Amino acid sequence: MLIALLVLLVGLPAYVPSSSYTVILVTNILMYVVMALSWAIFSGPTGYISLAPAAFFGVGVYASAILSESLPLPLVILIGGLASFVLAYLVGSVTLRLRGMYFTMFTFGLVELVRNLVHWWEVNITGTVGRLIASEDPVTVFYGMVAIFFAVLLASSLIKRSRFGLALRSIGESEEAAAHTGVNVNRVKAVTFGVSAFFMGLTGATMCMRWSYIDPTTAFSIQYSFMPVLMAIFGGMGHLYAPVLGATIFSLLEELLTTKFPYYYMLIFGLTMLIVIVFMPYGLEGVIEKWRKRGKGGPVDVAYGAEKA
Amino acid sequence: MIVRFLDIAIGGLLTGGIFALIAVGFGLQYGVARVLNIAHGEFIMLGAFCAWTLFTRAGITPLVSMVVCAPFFFAIGFVIYRILYNPLRTSSESAAVFEGNSMLASFGLLFVVQNIALIIWGAPVRGYTYLAFPINLMGAVFSANRMVTLIASVILGSAFYVFLIGTRTGKAIRAAAQDANAAELMGVRINRVLALCFGFGTMMAALGGLLLSMTSIMLTPVMGLQYTLIAIIVVVLGGLGNIKGSFIGGFILGLVGYIVSSVQPGLSMVAYYVIFLFLLLVKPTGILGK
Amino acid sequence: MNILEVEGLNKHFGGLTATSAVDFHVEAGEIVGLIGPNGAGKTTVFNLVSGALLPDSGVVRFKGTGITGFKPHKIVRMGIARTFQSVKIFSRMSVSENVLLGHLFGRAKGSVTSDPARGETEEILDFVGLGGLKEARAMDLILASQKRLEVARALATHPDLLLLDEVMAGLTPTEVAKAMELVKSIRERGVTIVMIEHVMKAIMSICDRIIVLHHGVKIAEGTPEEVVSNKTVIEIYLGE
Repeated sequence: MLIALLVLLVGLPAYVPSSSYTVILVTNILMYVVMALSWAIFSGPTGYISLAPAAFFGVGVYASAILSESLPLPLVILIGGLASFVLAYLVGSVTLRLRGMYFTMFTFGLVELVRNLVHWWEVNITGTVGRLIASEDPVTVFYGMVAIFFAVLLASSLIKRSRFGLALRSIGESEEAAAHTGVNVNRVKAVTFGVSAFFMGLTGATMCMRWSYIDPTTAFSIQYSFMPVLMAIFGGMGHLYAPVLGATIFSLLEELLTTKFPYYYMLIFGLTMLIVIVFMPYGLEGVIEKWRKRGKGGPVDVAYGAEKA
Repeated sequence: MIVRFLDIAIGGLLTGGIFALIAVGFGLQYGVARVLNIAHGEFIMLGAFCAWTLFTRAGITPLVSMVVCAPFFFAIGFVIYRILYNPLRTSSESAAVFEGNSMLASFGLLFVVQNIALIIWGAPVRGYTYLAFPINLMGAVFSANRMVTLIASVILGSAFYVFLIGTRTGKAIRAAAQDANAAELMGVRINRVLALCFGFGTMMAALGGLLLSMTSIMLTPVMGLQYTLIAIIVVVLGGLGNIKGSFIGGFILGLVGYIVSSVQPGLSMVAYYVIFLFLLLVKPTGILGK
Repeated sequence: MNILEVEGLNKHFGGLTATSAVDFHVEAGEIVGLIGPNGAGKTTVFNLVSGALLPDSGVVRFKGTGITGFKPHKIVRMGIARTFQSVKIFSRMSVSENVLLGHLFGRAKGSVTSDPARGETEEILDFVGLGGLKEARAMDLILASQKRLEVARALATHPDLLLLDEVMAGLTPTEVAKAMELVKSIRERGVTIVMIEHVMKAIMSICDRIIVLHHGVKIAEGTPEEVVSNKTVIEIYLGE
């Protein structure tokens, strides 16, 4: 099924006019799908809720904006990802040693911190806030996102099936027990957080090429933190399909509502988050898995990250 | 030299007064009700906008608006706790799960409130001036409205402190802050107390925002976030669950912010973060924490 | 050879003394019992040895090497494993996954799909008596089986020293007898054991030596017969 999806996606621009709406739409959907999947890689199994995706996305955007004139595109995107990895690894090494809530608080603030820093830098050192950038054609960006999508799917799958994935799940259950089973808990957490940020950075660097002007407020918009979290919570994080499903549904919804109700749709999404948290703790996936297991008896449990090999 | 020192000291206090107020509010919600309310700043923003609307549309001065806004926002907070966080509290399997879920719920609330504000007031930046004449204090010059905010913060903070120590409800709150389950076993109507705390938190946020709006700052529906962060940092600085600590911590951070702003404007948030990081690394229980 | 040496271990929590100048040693191949009334500091000693807690002062030596202050995962990889008083298994993972984790991150450091990993997991599960429950979910097991699972997971890390914290608490007399057999067969595999226990029957019959703690202080040490006839020990157990 994955091959079919690959063929479908790769072939898309061929049977649809290249600067068409569809290509741009699918690119946007892929952006959210990758962000949600990346977020789920770390926050799913460990239970540490990171609110920093916007920071990593924005780092990627700026890396791309600054370097795209002087370096080849794939390298620029890679650098965006690596910069985010480094930032996440550093922040993670320090804050993941603490209780989950402190980590969440710090990641919540990280977005504003980085935004403030970039803004200050632009005001005092560069001289102008925001910058104009050369944008690429939508098809190039589209293929970039397709590549990243498959990369993150591959990474997510590999992690789940590896001993690393097992370690992550054990950390989510009991860090103390995991440490006493030989898992280097702090390192595993920091590295995974970094990997998750890497893909967010790649995404930011790629999506940047669709815009002609960026500034700190748009690059580090808190929406880029809210949407992946909402999508992963709504979709679920146990199986690979879950965040993809959640992200697809919400990006389509956003597309639908954004033109008609520019202020109302975020209100609706906020309400959705409230409803999902209260009534659907395991998200859509929980509902789907329950339906799949009906009549078979036995407990339904969506263990985050527990993909059967 | 003395003037410079006074300028810094008083300036810091003025900034700190509001920080202290909003931090106490946030601390009540997190320290007692255990809700990490990242939508706190949005209620600060709402308070500011309500003051603006009442002043520019109805000519009601902010100090008078306080009388109306306080119970209104208290009620809003109380109701929100009842319909959103209380059900979560009963359905969550553990305290840790509740912390996570209530934080996520607050995230949703953030977007709901922010967008309601955008719908009502739109995106343009607003502001108004009130009591903007300068006052000369031993050589250091400050705007009268900022002095008023300091006085108001101190009065409100002290009043609340008296409430906590002196009344039965206040004692119930303090008991719940130590151990909610134990308090319940001792006969405290915990659901009501936690809702009260949340309501007080919202009320203080709104009052803080109202006072902020008096100081001629620019008001926009997206202004809340930075204040939420300031509240978080102050509460960690003062020690989680320590109401007095949050109050004092607010002044400390205000002082730092004022100093940094006068040296390098635009970097005060960064300075707060450095403090935050330092705290997390060295003493997560806070300078004044247990 | 002393596989474990503990000298002058001090630990305070606020105003409370958890352990005070605790000294003892364990010889390779022994089964040593650690007993004392509740709150005596026994689990704290385990925490200090396993790296879960940092002592205020004092030294812990494992096979002659100082390990005071090492992180738990490092100590595991050196050869000390433990179980917990409140059974800390990974409830949402399967029985075999729990054990596999020990194998992967303990001293063997294998890879998930390797045959040795599978084989060893099965062997250990059979050894502790959970052979038929490989794919069961850990949270669905009864308490006695969960305790065995924790032991299995600890064994999978290839320890030379195993710390068992009240592994027999909450078990029926039959289950206790089976647990006693398991402990003895673990020693036969070459693993030295220190066990915290309240079940006196078990301690008396399987331990070579017993150490008695009270209010964080070691008050007696010796063979079961010696300890049982020790006046101080009798007083603290009967007098309270």
